[in-house]
Amino acid sequence: MFNNVRLALKLGFYGGIIALFISVIGMVETFDQRNIINGVVSIGLGVLLINVLVIGYQTAARIGKGLVQPGENGKQTARARAIVIGNGSLAGAVVSSWLALLVLVESQINLRSVLINVSPELISLLTFGLETGAGALLLLFLGTLFGGLGAFTFSLPSRVRRPLVAGLMWLAFWGLLSGVIRTTLSEIGIPSVVAKLFVKIEGLTPLGAVIIFLLAIAINLGNQRWREPLIERITLLPPTRQRYFRFGTWALGIILLLALPWIVGRVTSDTLVLVGIYILMGFGLNIVVGKAGLLDLGYVAFFAVGAYSTAILTSADEISAIQISFWAALPIIVIITGIAGLLVGAPVLRMRGDYLAIVTLGFGEIARFIALSDWFKPWLGGAQGVINIPSVALGNFLIVGPQKLYYLILAFALFALFISRRLDKSRVGRAWEAMREDEDVAETMGVNTIYYKLLAFAMGAMIASLGGAVFAVKLSAIFPHSFNVEVSITALSLLIIGGIGSLPGVVVGAFALVGIPELLREFSEYRLLLYGAVLIIMMIVRPEGLVPSTRRARELHEDEAAQDDWLKSETERNIITPAEL
Amino acid sequence: MPLLETTQLTKDFGGLRAINSLGLHIDQGEIVSLIGPNGAGKTTFFNLITGLYPQNTGDIIFDGHNLKGMPPSSITKLGIARTFQTVRLFNNMTVLENVMVAQHSRTKSGVFGAILQTASFREEEEMIREKAKEVLSFFGSKLTGYRFDQPASMLSYANRRRLEIARAMATEAKLLLLDEPTAGMNPRETQDLAELIGKMRDEKGFTILFIEHDMRVVKGVSERVIVLDYGQLIAEGNYEHISQNDRVLEAYLGKKAENA
Amino acid sequence: MKNTLRQRIGEQFSLITLLLWALRVGVFIVVLWGSINTLASGRYEASTWINLVIAGLAQGSIYALIALGYSLVYGILRFINFAHGEVFMAGAFTSVFVAEALERSGFFPKYPILTFAILLIVSMTSSTVVAVLLERIAYRPLRNAPRLVPLITAIGASFFLQYTFRGLYGSGFHTYPEFGQLWGVWNIAGMDIQIVQVFVFLASLLMMAGLYLIVERTKTGKAMRAVSEDKEIAALMGIDVNRVIVITFVIGGMLAGSAGVIRGMYQPQGIWFFMGFHPGLKAFTAAVLGGIGNIPGAMLGGLFLGVFETVGPTLILQGLGIPAANQLKDAIAIIMLVLVLIFRPQGILGEKLAEEKA
Repeated sequence: MFNNVRLALKLGFYGGIIALFISVIGMVETFDQRNIINGVVSIGLGVLLINVLVIGYQTAARIGKGLVQPGENGKQTARARAIVIGNGSLAGAVVSSWLALLVLVESQINLRSVLINVSPELISLLTFGLETGAGALLLLFLGTLFGGLGAFTFSLPSRVRRPLVAGLMWLAFWGLLSGVIRTTLSEIGIPSVVAKLFVKIEGLTPLGAVIIFLLAIAINLGNQRWREPLIERITLLPPTRQRYFRFGTWALGIILLLALPWIVGRVTSDTLVLVGIYILMGFGLNIVVGKAGLLDLGYVAFFAVGAYSTAILTSADEISAIQISFWAALPIIVIITGIAGLLVGAPVLRMRGDYLAIVTLGFGEIARFIALSDWFKPWLGGAQGVINIPSVALGNFLIVGPQKLYYLILAFALFALFISRRLDKSRVGRAWEAMREDEDVAETMGVNTIYYKLLAFAMGAMIASLGGAVFAVKLSAIFPHSFNVEVSITALSLLIIGGIGSLPGVVVGAFALVGIPELLREFSEYRLLLYGAVLIIMMIVRPEGLVPSTRRARELHEDEAAQDDWLKSETERNIITPAEL
Repeated sequence: MPLLETTQLTKDFGGLRAINSLGLHIDQGEIVSLIGPNGAGKTTFFNLITGLYPQNTGDIIFDGHNLKGMPPSSITKLGIARTFQTVRLFNNMTVLENVMVAQHSRTKSGVFGAILQTASFREEEEMIREKAKEVLSFFGSKLTGYRFDQPASMLSYANRRRLEIARAMATEAKLLLLDEPTAGMNPRETQDLAELIGKMRDEKGFTILFIEHDMRVVKGVSERVIVLDYGQLIAEGNYEHISQNDRVLEAYLGKKAENA
Repeated sequence: MKNTLRQRIGEQFSLITLLLWALRVGVFIVVLWGSINTLASGRYEASTWINLVIAGLAQGSIYALIALGYSLVYGILRFINFAHGEVFMAGAFTSVFVAEALERSGFFPKYPILTFAILLIVSMTSSTVVAVLLERIAYRPLRNAPRLVPLITAIGASFFLQYTFRGLYGSGFHTYPEFGQLWGVWNIAGMDIQIVQVFVFLASLLMMAGLYLIVERTKTGKAMRAVSEDKEIAALMGIDVNRVIVITFVIGGMLAGSAGVIRGMYQPQGIWFFMGFHPGLKAFTAAVLGGIGNIPGAMLGGLFLGVFETVGPTLILQGLGIPAANQLKDAIAIIMLVLVLIFRPQGILGEKLAEEKA
């Protein structure tokens, strides 16, 4: 009993710190400008709400394991349920008490002179426009209520709980992306009068929210009910019929992929192109980090070399002496960047893993400094960059605008995916993998590690150069400020959230880390905060990523991972250990 | 002409001379064991031959090539393969893949072959796979069947040692260097492995040099024994011969014999 | 056939070595050529150079204070606390608000020394809090993970902290009030020496001396050295390893915090959330220069880097005819980092030490 309360207090305490943190750094207020459901809940409040719900749920899950057996009847269950919900409410109350404290303190001291985001707007948001005392009380009450609700969700039997949670998650997800829904509805020809019933500029309408919620529940229930039997039915079909199914799924996927920019509209397509560039970068970085095991933090340098060589070769700007077409320039761009990859790779060949990371980071920064400097201004344009980069022409057809550019990046990304897949199960892929596992042993098994390291650097660089080329064409101008360490960190983060070595993970990671923040303009301030948090949390909780490749999962959970072996430096090899003599 | 010959081989670690002016030779088709007390320089000798350490002075001649300054991968290509005292497998790769990697220096398909899936690439890939299966089947059913696709880290200790030997065999080396192949095995497994070492020479034609502490294995398998102490060769000959050598008894066997 | 194979392999190996040598020689020639040109042109007098060196020492002593944090943590945990630059930023950024408030209230002009002490305490406290939280939340769960995992975490933490402080304090620039007494000039032997530079140098030296005493003389220092030798053995000897690690982060945080205020004295402008990134990178360079894990090495490395960075653009780049050489000040420091890591990862001092700990 006492333990339960202590647990609830503890979780509430942590949850409260999180709530306070996101309020004080300004996320709540920034996101209040957008709604998940119009007039009901904004994204900002939604985040707080989800926080309380999760804390309530977690409290319940921790203490309820032995107590609540959903589906059982009798007094014991009712009493257990009361304990669970009571503690959940307590945890929720503790969470909200932190915010209440913030409100009270702010009413006495002017925090804003230091903490810039503790604004009157935030306070009125937290107090629902009421005066301090009443607002704080309401806050406490709501925290208790939703904490209890979270706990109550846990106490439900799983066949009820799952659809409910799925519904809420869908609601949150599509609430975030309501802008996409709106443009999609108008693109596929639904008149705006009708569309406005479901979604408005600021977010979903209550009606739209209800529909999405119900839809999610229906899908979830349907999935629970029919998924297994359906798969069974398909596997029982004769092989020819099965092939139809597979073919059908593929065809559907391809059609969807091709139609995507026209379904989601121009603005979202722009985001899609950016996501595509990062998917490409993710595939490239995956060769270097995921396959060959070389942690490269200066990946932006190759992106920059690709973009700059595209600009200089194709631009009509006075800086560039020559002006050739994109397609004629492309092989040159790729080769130049490949050579850059070799030049970065060669000096760091014998370097330890952590030093390698820092040196490559240094290379990335040096690339930017050079692009920025007056010294190279006659060739690279200095801080003003290079402008007038023409669009890509395909015969007489001009690839202009994000919706068409999408196909260019799609083609490049598929190409990179194809290469990565093909290399995976080959002599080259195995050599990389062996090298990542144990460099010395790979070498004694006949793998020329110098060659394969350089190969990884060069291939990673070449793929990044394609991304850089599309980036240059997309903006039709490039500036050194676009090529900072953020790009490398973004690429690394999406690789890590998806799971190092996992190609589907790259796609998921790019959509989550580049796509969503790009669609929510307000979010851009907090992008790197998110990436930082992602890197920390993923490394601690799930180093194998969300869509792991099974192999990596094993590797990263080992205490004595083979990685440490390849960190051995040349000098270390010469140190004798008694066992070796 | 011997298959492997070292002359005046010396290796220093700081002030310590781990290998001291060592000259020895291994002939084609021999099974030789390398013994000596702890710290005698046996593993260092292996590391020198395989190119993991550079030697200070002296030469290593293998099959007519001087190995000085060669990277380990080239030495493997010339035909020397080894196992490690502390088993060092590619733990997260499957059993089959571990052996497939080892054929790296015998195959040549590169990036373009893999991307274009050329006929020669597919042929070679098939060949690598078949060869790997063949090598693994040398150990009976211990490493075959469902084990092919298990990650190496899931194998038992004895099987890990076996896999490491299979990996060395798959490099199609002429000379195999086995670093304490029976360490940590029970008497039965040790016996089996000792027989296999003989079979590796008789059926597969490998020349074998192995470090061993179990004198029954040394006695049972090797045709010649080389004894090192303080990085120097102190005796060589057949087991009976060296077991009566005073210097050996003093340095090593004497104590060992009393304990046994 | 046999020979061609040999040759091919030989060439390939020497190609890398050749490239490295070419790089070495190239750097040497560039440095020499630039320096000779500049010196031959006679544009600057000896006093200019001495002034530059003193400015470099002042700047370098700030790097040294931060570098010590890298070295201490590396010595004990064998990993690069990439977020240490942000620990420095946390102190400088937090105390600037106190400084501004004290100036507004008129307290500062009346009691400048007391103000300095207050700022020092505020800055050191906030840096220490950040450092300790970092250790507790981000690093401790990964104590036994493969080496790259905590490095990735540290990189994440670096950006997380930057943008947390941006969220807390905003993205604007802040400025420390000027300590008027420090902005004079001493005339020594016909040369003008800025008092603030001497002050910065001495203050940093004092902090470092304090650290040195702690590590060399106290029981805690002994425990730290024991843990850095071997964590397990130290634990068996009854040393509370966790406590020692926390103390290490506390000391690193305090030094970084003091560096924050001292930097504010020396360069009052440009206090914002990104101010820690490049000094952090440079301080890491300094730590590597001195042989990472080596405490006197980190101090010397910091001073050396500071001087090099201040003198370098004028001495080397101007001689090469590169326009706006001072733009490339940061680039020079980073090139230094790259070169040191490539050619002398064990540092200029600590050959033995670095090998042991590599």
